[in-house]
Amino acid sequence: MSYRKDMIWLGCFFVLLMLAPAALPNNYFLTILILGCLHSLNAVGLCLLVGHAGQISLGHAGFYGLAAYASAWLSATAGWPVEASMLAGVALTVAVSFLIGMPSLKLKGHYLAMATLGFGIILSILFTETVDITGGPSGFVGIPRLSFFGREVKKDLALYRVVAGVLCLAVWLAFNLLHSRIGRALRALHTSEKAAQAMGVDIARYKLFVFVLSAAFSAVAGVLYAHYLTFIAPSSFGFMFSVELIVMVVLGGMVSVPGAIVGAFFVTVLPEFLRAFENIEVVLFGAILILCMMFMPDGMAGGWNRLWARVRRAWAARGASGAAHG
Amino acid sequence: MKAAKWVVALVVTLLSGGQVLAADAIRIGAIFSVTGPASFLGEPERNTLVMLQDKVNAAGGVNGQQVEVIVYDDESDVNKCVMAAKKLLDQDGVSVVIGPSISGNTLAISKFFSSAEVPLVSCAAAEKIVKPVDPWVFNTPQLDRHAVTKILQNAKAKGFSKLAILTVSDGYGQAGRAVLNELIPAGGFQLVADEVYGPKDTDMTAQLTKIKGASPDAIICWGTNPGPAVVARNRVQLGLTTPLYMSHGVASDKFIELAGDAAEGLILPAGRLVAVDLVPADHPQKPVLDAYVADYAKAYNAPVSSFGGYAHDAFALVLEAVRKGGSAKAADIRDNLEKIAGFAGVSGVYTYGPENHNGLDESAFIMVTIKNGTWNVTE
Repeated sequence: MSYRKDMIWLGCFFVLLMLAPAALPNNYFLTILILGCLHSLNAVGLCLLVGHAGQISLGHAGFYGLAAYASAWLSATAGWPVEASMLAGVALTVAVSFLIGMPSLKLKGHYLAMATLGFGIILSILFTETVDITGGPSGFVGIPRLSFFGREVKKDLALYRVVAGVLCLAVWLAFNLLHSRIGRALRALHTSEKAAQAMGVDIARYKLFVFVLSAAFSAVAGVLYAHYLTFIAPSSFGFMFSVELIVMVVLGGMVSVPGAIVGAFFVTVLPEFLRAFENIEVVLFGAILILCMMFMPDGMAGGWNRLWARVRRAWAARGASGAAHG
Repeated sequence: MKAAKWVVALVVTLLSGGQVLAADAIRIGAIFSVTGPASFLGEPERNTLVMLQDKVNAAGGVNGQQVEVIVYDDESDVNKCVMAAKKLLDQDGVSVVIGPSISGNTLAISKFFSSAEVPLVSCAAAEKIVKPVDPWVFNTPQLDRHAVTKILQNAKAKGFSKLAILTVSDGYGQAGRAVLNELIPAGGFQLVADEVYGPKDTDMTAQLTKIKGASPDAIICWGTNPGPAVVARNRVQLGLTTPLYMSHGVASDKFIELAGDAAEGLILPAGRLVAVDLVPADHPQKPVLDAYVADYAKAYNAPVSSFGGYAHDAFALVLEAVRKGGSAKAADIRDNLEKIAGFAGVSGVYTYGPENHNGLDESAFIMVTIKNGTWNVTE
């Protein structure tokens, strides 16, 4: 897509996000929307890494959690102001992802997935076992709510606007990145590492850059999550969540940023509607994912594009036959 | 086109799913661990609540209002529990919540209830839930403190002075250990050995040998199945004749089944629900106990458990508060819960107060001895 089209999409998305709360019957759906935005933030970062740079990571739940726990500890236990602990949480996660990324990005394919998987599991064990710092499996209670300059963001609606704004900013960043020199280098790298290297792309540096950037996206989502819910527990940051993030990106069609967002919202919202079916909820969820992959192998973005193309073709055919008759 | 119709139908069903509500019902939320590792707690609790809801509504409701119970399963997971609590408070607009089943989950969500000003009546036993008192948080199970007090009273009567304790290294065991370490010296006893075993250990001979070396007058073991059954067997194998006390955590027929002959002569505090037949007919809990056991057997064709009893009492107490105040508003239910005194439930006789959100004392337990594979009262 062209840069202009992307920006138009982003504008529409922003307006939609801002209008969405008005259509909601109650506050609980706002919770779902906020979680959807946070998952989208994760998914957009991961989309850059998986879809564009072609590197798979099964450890992003770890980054999400690391930032959340760091910010929670700094603000609740060490008594830092919320803004400072959020910044520190993100900075720490970026530093850790840099250290993890340097050696592990030398690995390829399944081996990189294994390395990040291991890292994610180590972090998850760390959250569970360091009971004195993290509160262990029962979770970290008493995290202060998000606040700016001493003013607490009390209402969920205001907090939603902040989260939605951050998401749009992240998407804007991602679009700009993809339309820059770096984006082209990444696509070259994804197509063929050898060819990209031959053309003078410093692949190690670009891979590391995207890895750290996607970790930073997850970290921002993590600190917002901690200060939104004011409670975190290790089970939110386990291996299953890393897989869920990958599912969101794959559902979205891997390469498409809007697709990743749609995927994230889909995976977040769907279980809420399936809850009415109680016992077979999980089965239905699985079945819907399988159907999506069967009928939209290139993800929701791809499925939408094909549907759109078909509608346009049908329209054109009708117009043409109309012209023939007239 | 046919496909499109189906899609529309599906969407409509999904959107309207399960949202059909009675107009003027008292809405009671509940969060239980119906599935997952703690399902042995959550399943009887959910069953009990559903059964009682039907019973109350068939009898015309409370103050002429029907009761609507909305149960969510937290799958024994603390995050799911937090989301369920948010949903009950924000979407379902309930006026009181019963549960969760696990102490950790209760502590995780209790803050939300104080800020939403909706009472929470937990079915989890940790002392931290009600101490210090949070105005909006209550619980119904007997506390470890009550069980320890009961055991120590029995030990004192028997003239024991040197005690050894053997606890499991999980949340239950360590909470018990903390109370034992506090109350044993305070009761004028001497603690001669403090041993710990792991929740997955299959042999406690080493700990028992060490305890034997300290020659205590009695041993107190604190754990839930199956650990204590292993302790009982090891004790017999080692030829130890020192009396062995168990905690209320194993007060179920399952324990006798697991420990077999080694269970003979063991003494433990138990809620009256475990040994309904032994409760005298003039005891205030007797009619409640008999009704609960009979109803549960009729509805589910299964024996009752103390855990279901916690949910039974939470529900009964909430309804009593509604009846008492003639109001089903969240704040009124909270105020009237605190006014409940001498209310007989299946786990004990409850007296709540502004400084007492557990409502029970050691009289909620009776001391039982296992003889010939069944329960006998010892006082």
